[in-house]
Amino acid sequence: MPGLLEIVNLVKKYKTLTAVDNISFSIPQGVCFGLLGPNGAGKTTTIEIIEDVISPTSGEILYKGKPRAASFREEVGIQFQKTELLSWLTIEETLKTFQSLYHKSSAIEDVIEMCQLNEIRAQYNDKVSGGQRQRLFLALALINDPDLLFLDEPSTGLDPQARHNLWDIILKIREQGKTIVLTTHYMEEAQKLCDDIAIMDHGKLIARGTPQELINTYCSDCVTDGLRAPNLEDVFIRMTGRGLRD
Amino acid sequence: MSFKRFWVMFVARNKEFFRDSSALGWNFLFPFLIVVGFGVIFGGKEYNEFKVGVFPSDTEIVIVEKLSIPKAFRQTRLIQFIGVKTLSEGVEKLRHHAIDFLIKADSPTNDYWVSDTSPKGYLVEKLFHASLYSEPPPAQKQEIRAVPIRYVEWLFPGVLGMNIMFGALWGVGYIIVRYRKIGVLKRLKATPLTAFEYLSAQLLSRIVLMMFMVIVVWIGCDAIFHFKVEGSYGNIVLVFFLGSLSMCAMGLMLAARGTSEEFSSGLINFISWPMMFLSEVWFSLEGSPQWVKTVADFFPLIHLTRSVRKIMNDGAGLMNLMPEITAMLLTTAIFLALAAVLFSWNE
Ligand SMILES: Nc1ncnc2c1ncn2[C@@H]1O[C@H](COP(=O)(O)OP(=O)(O)OP(=O)(O)O)[C@@H](O)[C@H]1O
Ligand SMILES: [Mg+2]
Repeated sequence: MPGLLEIVNLVKKYKTLTAVDNISFSIPQGVCFGLLGPNGAGKTTTIEIIEDVISPTSGEILYKGKPRAASFREEVGIQFQKTELLSWLTIEETLKTFQSLYHKSSAIEDVIEMCQLNEIRAQYNDKVSGGQRQRLFLALALINDPDLLFLDEPSTGLDPQARHNLWDIILKIREQGKTIVLTTHYMEEAQKLCDDIAIMDHGKLIARGTPQELINTYCSDCVTDGLRAPNLEDVFIRMTGRGLRD
Repeated sequence: MSFKRFWVMFVARNKEFFRDSSALGWNFLFPFLIVVGFGVIFGGKEYNEFKVGVFPSDTEIVIVEKLSIPKAFRQTRLIQFIGVKTLSEGVEKLRHHAIDFLIKADSPTNDYWVSDTSPKGYLVEKLFHASLYSEPPPAQKQEIRAVPIRYVEWLFPGVLGMNIMFGALWGVGYIIVRYRKIGVLKRLKATPLTAFEYLSAQLLSRIVLMMFMVIVVWIGCDAIFHFKVEGSYGNIVLVFFLGSLSMCAMGLMLAARGTSEEFSSGLINFISWPMMFLSEVWFSLEGSPQWVKTVADFFPLIHLTRSVRKIMNDGAGLMNLMPEITAMLLTTAIFLALAAVLFSWNE
């Protein structure tokens, strides 16, 4: 069965650096797909090409079996790893502004409620804390009630309550049969949320499968302290080495 | 094109502008202060064309009626008399062009000194000679009664135009480059918003704000200086609109690409300063070489200042302003076309 998204021979070069090195994979409808990898692996680059925000050096992206049309932007919700918003607008005004850019939308109150923005709704959006900002970015990704949701490190900077809240949101969206593409550096999070995982390093895909498949395939012999079973983190470290990344 | 998407971006931009109170205040205060400042400097003072030194005199300020020099010369308009202590001091001043002409008081032989390299000195010498004849030589006089155009009246449209130019290039051009650099444009690109909707919202928001600025500053300055406007206010608003449109389009074109704030501010300075000096904001280009005038014609600002002055000072109608209006429309079309072709959300 062809996936909701087909990524075919994708390459992205920056001058001398090849950030994405000829990767192909597909993302089925209705899953939470996790893209994992060390810093600089090429996750953000890959995901932003799929989002049609940056253009690839070569390769092709198919959405529902066809090249992405203008309607693609109506159907996707995006949380960028790094972005800025219009200044001098309050959180609520920012949400309303973005809501008006779409035909289909979620109710503002629902999104505010879901992302716990009620207390800061009247604050200017450049005068909020780092975690509050992350929650606002998540709210913007949800504002058009998307069928396909891209979340690039959504849990970075969140406190434990907000992180659990994020997980609940993601699980609820997945229950509705929608598709989520997620990157994260928290293996616990990936193991909990993702049905399907790809590990990237140096611009290449180096592993693919469900969390359990990955553990079984790559970590059946992982040495743990004997008190616990091998987990996704053991897989990750085995696959990408112990060295620090830039 | 979705009007709704255009409209929310337009409203968002206006909020940004009006809520940033320091920048807002400056936008209104800057042209106002310049016009008032120059009005005070050039407005009240009587204008003297020639400076004539008289010696011996203990004080620099002299009472003209009491000077013992030929009466007709003393009464000549446009001459400022300055007291000098000694001949040698006077000669020194002549040499440095601090005065144009030097005359000795109480001199039966009407002794005077003049520098052979000074054109003004030459003219004063002619005036002096003429004043020594009691009978004016026969000549037919025809006088025109000119309504004087005060310097502030001439300067005012230029200063407003200059403010529009800086507002357009920085407020449209620089802002877009900055937004591209920090990722605001990337966030917007990920929505259904089209480049056309976004850019036209930026353009129109700025134009509306600038027209508002023009009207407020105009009313403020008019209350002080009581400008004389020969033509129609409607036409003035129209040409300000066209000028703003053209210069905002220029801002869009300059901001079509690039993520470097340093480069774009350099580029804006590189264009705005020559544009200001060549667009008759402060002084007329009359008498400049032809190539300078030709270069100036490519800038929208000169057409704006010229047409406002023609309406204000000469009562020109739209028919008289066809060359300027055409130029502003044409530059708008060229800048917009280039901006549309070159625009990128994130490069
Ligand atoms: N605009 C750019 N110009 C040049 N190089 C870039 C650019 N964007 C990314 N890169 C490089 O491409 C590589 C992949 O970057 P990318 O942001 O995709 O990594 P990532 O996997 O998302 O990392 P992280 O986990 O740190 O977010 C990195 O080496 C990065 O330095
Ligand atoms: Mg990243």
